[in-house]
Amino acid sequence: MAEAEARISTSLTGTAALEESAPQIAIRNLDFFYGSNRALKGINLSLPARQVTAMIGPSGCGKSTLLRVLNRMYDLYPNQRATGEVMMEGRNLLDASIDLNELRSRIGMVFQKPTPFPMSVYDNIAFGVKLHERLSKSAMDERVEWSLARAALWEEVKDRLGSSAMGLSGGQQQRLCIARTIAVRPEVILLDEPTSALDPISTLKIEELIDELKRDFTIVIVTHNMQQAARCADQVAFFYLGELVEAGSATQMFTAPRERRTQDYITGRFG
Amino acid sequence: MAYSRALHRRRQATNVIGLGVATLATLFGLVWLVWILGTTLYKGAGAIDMRLFTQMTPPPGEDGGLLNAIVGSTVMIVLAVAFGTPVGVMAGTWLAEYAHGRAIAEAIRFINDILLSAPSIVIGLFVYALVVQPSGHFSGWAGAVALAMLLLPVVVRTSDETMRLIPGTLREAALALGAPKWRMVTSVIWPAARTGILTGILLAIARISGETAPLLFTALNNQYWTANPGNPLANLPVVIFQFALSPYDQWHRLAWAGALLMTVLVLMLSVSARAALGRRK
Amino acid sequence: MPESTEHIVKSYEQELHRLRSLITEMGGLVESEVALACQAVIDRDDAAAASVVEADPKVDALEQQIQQFVIRMLALRQPMAQDLRLIVAGLRITGDLERIGDYAANVAKRSMVLGQFTLPFALTGLANMGRLVQQSLKTVIDAIGEEDTDAAVQVWRSDEEVDGIYNALFRELITYMMEDPRNITPCTHLLFIAKNLERIGDHATNIAETLYYAVKGEPLAGIRPKGDTSAYAVVRPPSE
Repeated sequence: MAEAEARISTSLTGTAALEESAPQIAIRNLDFFYGSNRALKGINLSLPARQVTAMIGPSGCGKSTLLRVLNRMYDLYPNQRATGEVMMEGRNLLDASIDLNELRSRIGMVFQKPTPFPMSVYDNIAFGVKLHERLSKSAMDERVEWSLARAALWEEVKDRLGSSAMGLSGGQQQRLCIARTIAVRPEVILLDEPTSALDPISTLKIEELIDELKRDFTIVIVTHNMQQAARCADQVAFFYLGELVEAGSATQMFTAPRERRTQDYITGRFG
Repeated sequence: MAYSRALHRRRQATNVIGLGVATLATLFGLVWLVWILGTTLYKGAGAIDMRLFTQMTPPPGEDGGLLNAIVGSTVMIVLAVAFGTPVGVMAGTWLAEYAHGRAIAEAIRFINDILLSAPSIVIGLFVYALVVQPSGHFSGWAGAVALAMLLLPVVVRTSDETMRLIPGTLREAALALGAPKWRMVTSVIWPAARTGILTGILLAIARISGETAPLLFTALNNQYWTANPGNPLANLPVVIFQFALSPYDQWHRLAWAGALLMTVLVLMLSVSARAALGRRK
Repeated sequence: MPESTEHIVKSYEQELHRLRSLITEMGGLVESEVALACQAVIDRDDAAAASVVEADPKVDALEQQIQQFVIRMLALRQPMAQDLRLIVAGLRITGDLERIGDYAANVAKRSMVLGQFTLPFALTGLANMGRLVQQSLKTVIDAIGEEDTDAAVQVWRSDEEVDGIYNALFRELITYMMEDPRNITPCTHLLFIAKNLERIGDHATNIAETLYYAVKGEPLAGIRPKGDTSAYAVVRPPSE
C-alpha cells in the first residue's frame, strides 16, 4: 500500500521523479542514416532505469528508428547506419565490438503485431531462454511459468502449454511475446506500438502489465496513442522530423509542454 | 450524380456478353480435359487387374503386368527426391534469407525460372552426356539425376517464395531475442514455411512422375525385373511410350492402364498439395 | 510545421470557441450584476437591486450549462496540454463567476434593507471600492476572451488596493457605530456589503490566476498580495 502511494506521489511530482533514477541508457549526439537520408538528427536522451519512457510523434518522425538503434536491429539491413553514442554501463552499444546476440538478450523487443513463433506456447518461451542458458527441464518449466505469470497469461494458458501459440487470441499472443521477451530476463524492454493491433480491453491489460513490469525493467514504448503515453509513461519524448523536440515528465508534457510544436501535436493541431 | 437508366442498361448488357464469352471459353477448355480424362479412365479401367501389380512387362502377344515399371519409377522418384529436395530447400533458403535484396539473388532466380521451363528433353540429353556416356550404359542413377534436375527448380522456387512470404517481423522477433541467424532459420523460418515447402515437393513429384523424354536418354527401359539403379530401369512413362507405339493389342491395354495409374497418382499428389496449402490458410 | 493553430477536428475547435463565448457571456452577466448592485447601494436604487436579484438565477443556469459542457468535452475529446488547461480553467472560472453573482445578489438584497435608513455619512469609500472591483472584474473578463495574461497580472496586483480600501472602510464603519448606536444596523449591512465586494475582488483575482495558468502553463509566480488585515483590526472607543 505504502509503496503504491509512494509511486503515485512520484508520478504526480513529475520532473523530480525522473532525476532520482539513474539513467540506464544515455543517448548522445545520435545520428541515423537510411542510405544518405538522415532519419535521426543529434538525439540526446537519457532513459531512466526502471521507468517507462514513451516516444511519441507523427509517423516517420524517427521514434521507431530510435528503438531499432537501441537493440541494433538496423544491423540486419545494408545501408543503415548510426553514429554517436548509446551508452549502457560504460560501453557504447554502437561499437562494432558489441556482441549482438548478447546485446539483444539484455535489450528485448516486442513488436507492433504479435509475432508468435509457429510452435507450442511452451516452446515459444523456451526458444529464447535456450539461446542463452542451459536449464534443466524443471528449471525451464519454472522459468516458463514465471514469465507467463509476469505477463499475466499463465492462468489463461496453463492448460494448453503444448498447443500451438497460433491458436491464441491477438491479445494473448501479444502477452505471449512479452512473456517470451522477459523470459530471457533482459534489463531493458523495447515496445514498438505493442497495442496498436489490439482491442481496448487487451490494450488495458498490456498497459497494466507495463506498470507492473517497470519495477524490474527499464521500458521504452513507442506509441501513437497519446492517452496511452499519458497513462503508462514516466518520461515522454516528442520527436518530429527526426529531431527530439522535447522530453520531460509525462505530467509536464501533457499539461504544460514547453515547445509550441509539442503543444500543437498533442492537442491535435497538426499531424 | 444522377442515376442514368440508359447507362445502367448498357453496362448490364456488356456484363452479360462478357460473362457469356468467358463461360464459353472455360467450357471449351474443360471439354478437352474431360475428354482426355474420360478416355483414359474408360480405356484404362478396363485394363486394370491384379496382374498389373504382380507381373513383369510381357513380350509381345503374352499376358503380363507393369510391376517392374512401377518399381523402377518409384525407385527413381525416391532417389530424385532424395537428391533434389535438400539441395532445393537449401538453395531456396539461401535465396530468401541470405541473398535477400542482392543482385545475385535476382540473377539466380531468373536462371532458376529458365530451368523451370526448360524442355525436359534438353535435360535428358544433358544427363546423357554427363552420366550415360562416361559410364557407357543407361542406368537408373542417370534417370534419377535427370528427374532430380527437373525437380530442383520447382523446389527452389517454392521454398524461396514461401520463405519470402513470411513476414519480416517474425525474423526480427527471433533475432530480437538474441538468436543467431542460423537458429532463426532452422527454428523459426523452416517450421513457419514447412507446409509451403512440402507442397512444393509434392508438386515437383507430380511433375517428374510423368516425364518421359529425359528417361528415354537415361534410364531407358528394362524388360526384366530389377530394382537396382545401376542397371537400366523400367519405368511407367517409357513403357507407356513404347507400348502405345507398338502394334500389339495387349501392349495397348497395358499402356492405357499405366496412363490411368499415372493420372491418378498425379491427381492425388495435386489434391493433397492443395489440401496442405488450404489448411495453412 | 504549419503556422495555423486551428485544431484538425473542426467541431472540437468550434466547441472550444463555444466554451469561451459561454464563459464571456456569463462574465458579462455577472459584470452587470455587480454594476447594478453597486448602483443600488450608492444611488439607493431599489429597481436596480430588484433586477440583480432577478438576474441571478440566469447566472446559475449558465453555470450549470457550462459545467455540463465541460464534462462532455473532457469525456469525448480527452483534451491535452493547453486545451486541457483551458477547459479545466473554464470550469473553475465559472465557479468563481457564480460566487461573484451570489455576492452581488447579496449586496443588492442588503441595499434594499439599507433603503429604510437615513445615513448621516457619505458612502465615498464604498463607492471607490465598488468602482475598483468593477474595474478588476471587467479587465479580467475581457482578458479571458483575449487570453491576455498581462491584464490578468494587473488584476492580480490591484487586489491589494481593494483590500486597503476595505480595511479603511472597516474602521470607518465601526467608528460610526460607536458614535451612535442607531447606526449599528445600517453599518452592519454596509460592513457585509463591503466584505462582499472584497470577496468579489478575491474571486476576480482567482480568475486572473486561473487564466494565467491556463494560458502560460505555469502558476502565477510569487505570493498573492493579501492586504485584508481587518481580521486583526481593533478600534477602541474614545475614552471620555
